[in-house]
Amino acid sequence: MSIISSLESIGEYVELMRRVMAPPDRVREFFKEFSKEVYKLGVNSIWLVIIISFFIGAVIVMQIAINVASPLLPRFTVGVVSREIILLEFSSTIMCLILSGKVGSNIASEIGTMRVTEQIDALEIMGINSANYLIMPKVSAFVFFMPVLVALSMFLGMFGGYIICLFTGTPPVSTYIYGIQFFFRESFVWTSILKSMIYGFIIASVSAYFGYHVKGGSLEVGKASTDSVVINNILILAADLVFTQLVMG
Amino acid sequence: MIQVRNLVKEFEGRIVLDDITTSFKKGAVNMIIGKSGSGKTVFLKCLIGLIHPTSGEIRYNGRNIMEMRAREMKRLRRDMGMLFQGSALFDSKTVLENVMFPLDMFSRMNVRERKKRAEFCLERVNLSHAADLYPSEISGGMMKRAAIARAIALNPKYLFCDEPNSGLDPKTAQLIDELISDITDDFGITSIVVSHDMNSVMNIGDNIIFLNEGVLEWQGSKDKIMDAKNEKLNEFVFASELFKKIKEADSIITENNCV
Repeated sequence: MSIISSLESIGEYVELMRRVMAPPDRVREFFKEFSKEVYKLGVNSIWLVIIISFFIGAVIVMQIAINVASPLLPRFTVGVVSREIILLEFSSTIMCLILSGKVGSNIASEIGTMRVTEQIDALEIMGINSANYLIMPKVSAFVFFMPVLVALSMFLGMFGGYIICLFTGTPPVSTYIYGIQFFFRESFVWTSILKSMIYGFIIASVSAYFGYHVKGGSLEVGKASTDSVVINNILILAADLVFTQLVMG
Repeated sequence: MIQVRNLVKEFEGRIVLDDITTSFKKGAVNMIIGKSGSGKTVFLKCLIGLIHPTSGEIRYNGRNIMEMRAREMKRLRRDMGMLFQGSALFDSKTVLENVMFPLDMFSRMNVRERKKRAEFCLERVNLSHAADLYPSEISGGMMKRAAIARAIALNPKYLFCDEPNSGLDPKTAQLIDELISDITDDFGITSIVVSHDMNSVMNIGDNIIFLNEGVLEWQGSKDKIMDAKNEKLNEFVFASELFKKIKEADSIITENNCV
């Protein structure tokens, strides 16, 4: 039974995405909504990204410095390892897992509330493709802004580590900076940005799906919001596994 | 002209609308009445194409909406205005932006003309003073008026209203009724109003359709509703003490006249 309902949900998601990807009824209105969503979903997430990236980056460097203290390993290893962790996993995957809680639940509850208060029906009555009008600006705005958030997260994660080195001297700042530059591969940055854009699409579209198909009242909106975060997290982790194997493996 | 033929709607084997055949008067207020759960809202949602009927036909000027292509349906929907039970105003937009929204999406007017038209619609429903407020900042009655203004912004041919008086005090309810009636006359719209409020029916109903458990039991004008012989309709109408007393007073006057 659950397999059938899962398959039905996948079918509904694909059908919804087909409607979302249709050309907008009014391009002018699309760009108006797009810019609003860039601010709401992207710009409003900057503070969360700043705080989390800075502190986690600092903790990563501290942990590595403590646990990789071996005479066999050069001290700049702390910089190398923390850079690879931040670039490849933290700033894309972990940051997206955190953002799915904020952005995903926001999208699911907003669209879910519009569904239960008949605002989506009102759009349909006007002859508007409600899926396209409501979801397309959110998905495209979040995917569009994702590289900014990831780049910011990368920089602040490594900056957090720099501050720790500055205050503790373990490793010294110059060694840390040497480490984060050692054997630097630019492709890791692009890989991370690409990954985060895929996750951004998953977060926005899956959350919108849960919100759009709410039936009932406020309890169901809350449930849709929670479900969207759980499913987003599972999908992001699964996509990370597949992507890492395909690109890095 | 809207015509309905043999309309059936089932939800998981449960019949909600059972073989409904009727037509709606053009340029008049058509009211669909019945107790809660009688299928009124489902009937309305079938008429506007939000719910797909199990079988039957719904014809707008002879064209069956079940056979319409998406593009044709979209065009038809631009001729429809709808007032939802909860108003369904967009929370993120002000009252003026809500009224301007259909114009932004579909009209070829420039911003100034769109704003002028929206302001005219708001003036028509006596809501000019609330143009810059958000839906959460206005009362239920004002929300209904704003929703009416939005519904008429594109000059629709059909106005659908789902329980326009629900949650309103009698005075505000009467104002909304009068507004619907006036707009129907002024703009030559065909209005279809779902209600269980007998005051509304007697105020503005030109053509009344009574549904009971998904079956069309009675159809006629408000002048005939008090004397109708349908038992289920009488049960519904005279459930209200006020109407019971009006009926009694009416029979006393008739008896006296006969004597």
